[in-house]
Amino acid sequence: MAEKTRDILLKPILSNNPIALQILGICSALAVTSKLSVALVMCIALTSVTAFSNLSISLIRNHIPSSIRIIVQMTIVASLVIVVDQFLRAYAYEISKQLSVFVGLIITNCIVMGRAEAYAMKNPPLPSFLDGIGNGLGYSAMLMAVATVRELFGSGSLFGITILPLATNGGWYVPNGMLLLPPSAFFIIGGIVWALRSVRKEQIETPEYRLAPNTVAGAV
Amino acid sequence: MADNESVKKTLLVTLALCVVCSVVVSAATVMLRPLQAANQALDRKANILAAAGMLQAGVDVERQFSRVKTRLVDLDTGKFTDVIDPLGYDQRKASRDPALSEPVPQEQDIAKIQRRVKYAQVYVVGGDDGAIDKVILPIKGYGLWSTLHGFIALERDLNTVAGIGFYEHAETPGLGGEVDNPVWKASWHGKHLYDADGKVVLKVIKGRADGSRPESAHQIDGLSGATLTSRGVQNLIQYWLGGQGFAPFLANLRAGEA
Repeated sequence: MAEKTRDILLKPILSNNPIALQILGICSALAVTSKLSVALVMCIALTSVTAFSNLSISLIRNHIPSSIRIIVQMTIVASLVIVVDQFLRAYAYEISKQLSVFVGLIITNCIVMGRAEAYAMKNPPLPSFLDGIGNGLGYSAMLMAVATVRELFGSGSLFGITILPLATNGGWYVPNGMLLLPPSAFFIIGGIVWALRSVRKEQIETPEYRLAPNTVAGAV
Repeated sequence: MADNESVKKTLLVTLALCVVCSVVVSAATVMLRPLQAANQALDRKANILAAAGMLQAGVDVERQFSRVKTRLVDLDTGKFTDVIDPLGYDQRKASRDPALSEPVPQEQDIAKIQRRVKYAQVYVVGGDDGAIDKVILPIKGYGLWSTLHGFIALERDLNTVAGIGFYEHAETPGLGGEVDNPVWKASWHGKHLYDADGKVVLKVIKGRADGSRPESAHQIDGLSGATLTSRGVQNLIQYWLGGQGFAPFLANLRAGEA
């Protein structure tokens, strides 16, 4: 059991990362990673939503009519997201302002729904809860990695503390402005996915089809 | 478990779920509302103080704000008014309310605000001698992507800029978003708004202001790579400190007749 608990918690970080392997939850990974502090709060918010939605869905999994199960999951996830949003506004006002709509958009984050449907519907409450935390951690690991690169090279700081003094403030570092814009996260995530799959070859997907050559060899 | 799919069970589960979820959501909202409202009010006060360059880290914002008095100004007459309680007045809401705002004719609408409030909140900082030390005015206008909302603070002579700050905007990070850059904001300090005839002459210019020339007292360096945001800031300063904005009020205040 101990072995299994560890697996549930830690597997989603490297070997089954929801962003790197399953390519889920990319949208928020682009939007909230220009600063580490904001990304961290987003990670905590998503991890708690995934964990508690998994827990509550698992608790009532034997009573959910399959015809309305997606709606039931959505209702639970949406309620949890609103509660988290309200808490952030009350206790972390500055950061909740920067996260703005993206806390609300956790509702549409594929990781939350994916884990509810794939795991919590079929497993008891405790493992489901841990699975939620595990996947939240996998998401967090990725977000923090992306945010570290973006904040360090885009604004010359980490958690708002200056590491590379900016040229505009009298230092020497000319920041890479593209890193402050959401699309840059695509490149970083792509780079991480590539690095991860180079080390762990089993994560490489088998091609679904191969392109046929458009001319027959030797015909010309 | 087979009867899970029955209509009765489906309705029952739906109903129970809705009741539980709505109780949880409303409980969280209602219980946390006072804290959220306090946060919002505190945030606004911190923004006002920051624009005036008066915000000190580590000191209670409420205590710092005790020197600041919130007043309401009738923009048409340029005089203080008490028709509405200034503390309960929500200027953002008023700018959409037909009873409290008027559409701005297109040729005058250089800041692209569309509607102008009749009454504007101003923040008066009292000096130790009882006279006015600083006046903080709300400003807003369109940049490249978004409306910039902020405050500009004027020194006692009502001509010298004490500070500026935008608390809400969605300009491009790294380019127009540099309106938040502390170095750029500091460059506003000590610049003069009006010439001898009372015309707004402060300009955000392209490139750098040459400090050795006399006109640099009215010039702010443009933000590099953000021509349209710089122009937006320039326009909103022109509008709000001009005749349509606070100029009549400042003139009255200077003459001691506000």
